Amino acid sequence: MKIKLSLVPYIIWMLIFVIIPVILIIYFSFTDINKSLSFDNILEAGKYSQVFLRSIIIGAISTVLCLIIGYPAAYLISKVKLKYQNFLIMLLMIPMWTSFLLRTYAWMTLLEYNGLINKLLVFLGLPRLNMINTPGAIILGMVYNFLPYMILPIYNILVKIDKKIIEAAQDLGANKFKVFTKIIFPLSLPGIISGITMVFVPSVSTFVISKMLGGGSILVIGDLIEMQFLGNNYNPYLGSCISLILMIIIMICMKIMNSLDTQSNYTEKRTKK
Amino acid sequence: MKSSIIKLENIKVSFNNEVILENLNLNIKEGEFVTLLGPSGCGKTTTLRIIAGFLNPDEGNIFFKDKKINNVPAHKREVNTIFQKYALFPHLNVYENVAFGMRIQKKPESEIKAKVTEILKMVNLVSYIDRDVNSLSGGQQQRIAIARALANNPKVLLLDEPLGALDLKLRKDMQSELKSIHQKTGITFVLVTHDQEEALSMSDTVVVMDKGSIQQIGSPEDIYNEPKNAFVADFIGESNVISGIMIDDFKVSFCGKEFSCLDKGFEKMSIVDVVIRPEDIKVVTPEQGDISGVITSVVFKGVHNEIIIDVNGFKWMIQTTEMQKENDKIGLLIYPDAIHIMKPSPYSSKIGDYSAFSDEFYNEQHKN
Ligand SMILES: Nc1ncnc2c1ncn2[C@@H]1O[C@H](COP(=O)(O)OP(=O)(O)OP(=O)(O)O)[C@@H](O)[C@H]1O
Ligand SMILES: [Mg+2]
Repeated sequence: MKIKLSLVPYIIWMLIFVIIPVILIIYFSFTDINKSLSFDNILEAGKYSQVFLRSIIIGAISTVLCLIIGYPAAYLISKVKLKYQNFLIMLLMIPMWTSFLLRTYAWMTLLEYNGLINKLLVFLGLPRLNMINTPGAIILGMVYNFLPYMILPIYNILVKIDKKIIEAAQDLGANKFKVFTKIIFPLSLPGIISGITMVFVPSVSTFVISKMLGGGSILVIGDLIEMQFLGNNYNPYLGSCISLILMIIIMICMKIMNSLDTQSNYTEKRTKK
Repeated sequence: MKSSIIKLENIKVSFNNEVILENLNLNIKEGEFVTLLGPSGCGKTTTLRIIAGFLNPDEGNIFFKDKKINNVPAHKREVNTIFQKYALFPHLNVYENVAFGMRIQKKPESEIKAKVTEILKMVNLVSYIDRDVNSLSGGQQQRIAIARALANNPKVLLLDEPLGALDLKLRKDMQSELKSIHQKTGITFVLVTHDQEEALSMSDTVVVMDKGSIQQIGSPEDIYNEPKNAFVADFIGESNVISGIMIDDFKVSFCGKEFSCLDKGFEKMSIVDVVIRPEDIKVVTPEQGDISGVITSVVFKGVHNEIIIDVNGFKWMIQTTEMQKENDKIGLLIYPDAIHIMKPSPYSSKIGDYSAFSDEFYNEQHKN
């Protein structure tokens, strides 16, 4: 097989930043502290199955919430006049220009026991709410941060649906509701699937949000991995192994998603024209 | 006398202050095969969209069997459209595309299946029933679009240049197929095309449009033999349109000569447009001819040669089976039945001679 010269930089990039690290992770995963081959790490990681489960549940809830909020948002944006569409997309993007950490800090100050929201409640004579350091706060942080990644791909697909196809459906007797369920929704599936992938993957593996809004009391995989590398119980072997398991879980999830996607794959090709 | 099924009354449409359709009146009878014919951008698709219910006119009324339907939404009209670019549902296979309308009406599966098979037979695509529509050729997609519309049992079928994307042979086949579907089903057809041959050969009634208004409505024979103005004469087939003076009934003068003709009823000594079809002119020697000129080009067209002749600066077109050479001087003989007289119209001075075929080209050449 001949490789084009122009591909070489990308291949080198992939090698250095993807392939080699993955190989290292796999190597570390099956190595113990004495640098000999062992499966101890897997057994050790198995003890944290609760954490895995919790991360997946929190990630899944965030993803579903993003979808529930994001789909109607994308739909509405795609319906307004073109110049307003661009404006709304801008509004969606602007927060992404400020640091992700900064935005999460902002949420901390809002949600704290002595934060802005509680101050407002007290001012109105209502009891304070316990918001920070709850799973709810983590989910809120994730939905807030990842929502654009759900809206954008869905919006992109929706605006590309040919108006003539919608008219054809109306022509054949479909009312607004039928047009949506029979045409628009099925045609937007590829957008939904990439949106889900783009939200679910970072939701499952994040550690910053859970740490800041969960106060460290709610342990998720991201935190667990970080602890192995930066904490007192330094153990890069176990850390690598947990990362590997996480990668496999995510790959399985993506595989399931893609199998749904191939059913509607040709749709995407068609609407992209 | 068949009753009216679709009637458009004083329709006016404008987009961004630009008038697209004006004062459009059209009466379509039940079972009729009507063709809207006109150049690109003249408002044919817009007219269909008004009938289908995708566009509300700024002014005017739409009637379906004498009932006003201005406010009836598209999905409730008993009219189905075959779109200019098919607009098949890309996520559904052939079967589901054709079944779409019946599924909306919640017909039982057995009935749907029978109907889909029947209709696919009609368009010769039964063996494609399970195919992904994206894997079909343009012609096949077109036939699926026709099948999908027919499956809904429309009262009126609107066809927006349904054969535009097909090659000549397939086009001819599909023309006769559509014609036979029309005869078999008795559905009213409203076909849009900019191919005049298609319009003449398929329809009961031809509606010639230009710049958002109807120029002439009539049977194909009427339109061809008795065009109302220079635009129609020029657009339907080839024609030489010359300005002349009607001296008296049956007597017209043009190119500095007097000719007898079969037309009467025009004001004496008034300016008229004279139409002479290229195939009606006889080529003779310069001495024998009514007028004479020099051949500037000869193009072989298969059945005949198309000859352009310069007669005192005006380029005539003649179609003849005889062999002719460029730069030869020849005479043209014009018999009374070859001449058709029309009232002058805003088009009179604009329709040029055969220096160029399209208006754009002509205007470009005659700038300055
Ligand atoms: N939604 C719209 N907004 C603005 N202008 C439009 C719109 N739809 C049509 N027009 C304009 O109206 C005119 C007529 O368009 P229409 O599609 O009816 O032409 P047509 O006769 O079908 O032409 P063609 O043979 O090329 O399909 C064109 O000048 C077109 O640019
Ligand atoms: Mg059109």
